[in-house]
Amino acid sequence: MTSAPTRADTGQARWHGRFALSLLLAPAVLWLGALIILPHVDLAILSFRERVAPRQYAASLAQYKIFFTEPLYWHVFVRTAVMSVVATFLTLLLAFPMAWIIAKLARGRARSTLFVLCLIPFWVSETVRTLGWMILLRESGVLPSLLVKLGVTAVPVEFLYRDATIMVGLVYASLLFMVIPLISSLESLDNSLIEAAYDLGANGPAVLRTIVIPHAAPGITAGCIVVFMLTLGSYLTPTLLGGKNSQWFTEQIYTQFITRFNWEQGAAFGFLLLALSTALVMLGLKLTGQRFGDAMRRA
Amino acid sequence: MIPSLPRPVWLRAATAAYLAAFLAFLFLPLIIVAVFAFNDAPYPAPPWRGFTLDWFSGNASLDRTGLYGDADLLRSIWTSCSVAFWVTLLSVLIGTCNAFLIERSRFFGKQALSILMLAPLVIPGVILGISILALASRIADFADDVLGLDWDFLRPGLPLVVLGQFSYIATIATLTIGARLKRFDRTLEEAAANLGASKSAVFRTILLPYLRPALLGSAAMSFLMSFADFNTTLILVGADAPLTVMMYGRMREGASPVLNAVSLFLMLASAVLALTFMGGGQARAKGTNAPARTT
Repeated sequence: MTSAPTRADTGQARWHGRFALSLLLAPAVLWLGALIILPHVDLAILSFRERVAPRQYAASLAQYKIFFTEPLYWHVFVRTAVMSVVATFLTLLLAFPMAWIIAKLARGRARSTLFVLCLIPFWVSETVRTLGWMILLRESGVLPSLLVKLGVTAVPVEFLYRDATIMVGLVYASLLFMVIPLISSLESLDNSLIEAAYDLGANGPAVLRTIVIPHAAPGITAGCIVVFMLTLGSYLTPTLLGGKNSQWFTEQIYTQFITRFNWEQGAAFGFLLLALSTALVMLGLKLTGQRFGDAMRRA
Repeated sequence: MIPSLPRPVWLRAATAAYLAAFLAFLFLPLIIVAVFAFNDAPYPAPPWRGFTLDWFSGNASLDRTGLYGDADLLRSIWTSCSVAFWVTLLSVLIGTCNAFLIERSRFFGKQALSILMLAPLVIPGVILGISILALASRIADFADDVLGLDWDFLRPGLPLVVLGQFSYIATIATLTIGARLKRFDRTLEEAAANLGASKSAVFRTILLPYLRPALLGSAAMSFLMSFADFNTTLILVGADAPLTVMMYGRMREGASPVLNAVSLFLMLASAVLALTFMGGGQARAKGTNAPARTT
């Protein structure tokens, strides 16, 4: 066994290695090839064609032209993007103190309890959480009747179907995905740095600006990317909380694809959404000088 | 500020107030859903009219159908379970292969492949859905036109739902199992090999027990995510609706406390599943293996 391997042996070993590698590689290639790459290639082909006669298609940019010439589609697209950016920012503001408490202030059992408490709502499906918000906010719901009882409003107010409500729902649905990367980036911050800054006379905001935020930047970026993409692609929260006023872009894609059966148009919309999310994510990574893979693993 | 530094009273008070408000915000919708599953009224809305179990067991004299008598809803729970079963099985199997591929092998293009594996997480679920629907339909049309075959499983329906959910849940399983495999001390394997263990014996007696928490954790997570998936499922669903799609349809039509009852059941079931297989481990791992999306 210890004698030097012959050429035939090494050849065989290499062949065995190759065989094992291709066995391991096959599932990954099948998964990514058949369910991610090929479907998107097909979607691209769909989006660049136009029906000229029944079952007759020609290459064209018509679907994209419609998007740029029809103000409704434009409006919904820009609205979805802007609201997603705002929702991401609000989520960051709301989640940061919580992440700080878990990472820096809480100890031992309190800390793991807090962490699990943050996780619990997200084990339940978005449908259930949205149902809760609907019962709370609809005209006959809990909050309007409470406001009437307290004498704040004379008659029950309808809170559903407003942009602010959609925003609350979006922020709620995203909180966890911001809290987790923030915790892991804040944990690695050495407390003695904060103490040193404090001893040298820095106040809270200065410490935050010069020490905490630069250190947590990777976590902030990762959280923002994940939340932004989740929000941009969300469907349930905007359609149920916003009703007919939601005007969310994923809804347009659904309408074209499923309701109108206009797959070419739906495919083009899908690509535009994908382009928007890729562009903004790239911008975010560029601004903070991070690589995609690192940011995603952090999240 | 950190505990080792002096914290003024107002800051402590503000922290406590924020913490209470944050947790209230987090749990209010869930508590409301749970409470109104027991309200003795035909709509899940205030005022409180007394406690009842009608929305679970039904009440013929008041013409109320409870959860246990709602055949459609029960069937959709079963549909969700069977979809989740297949998604979990596929995701954990492929995730384990991928983890070994990324952590243990060396080959040309590995870096690119591992980045590509992350892509399903950043593609919106609706787009995953329409792209898989488009390709599957193209293949089914081709089979129908050219080969004269009727490949129904490529039309909207549960097999496509399983594939659609698997397409991104596999990434999460890969990351979870890969993260644990990365921390494995390889000298253990070498020691076993030196003591004469075969490769399969090393895998069975050392690696598999070591990976067990990650395998169980990613299985529980895959099951929950599949159960909760909405966007991809909505696009690919056929005649049999899983629970989330069924609930969505009913929520658009109007409100009934039966939905609260089924939601309460969902909350309890997922809490039990998660706390059993993931809770402790995740809290210890400080969330590094946590899910990256739930849409």
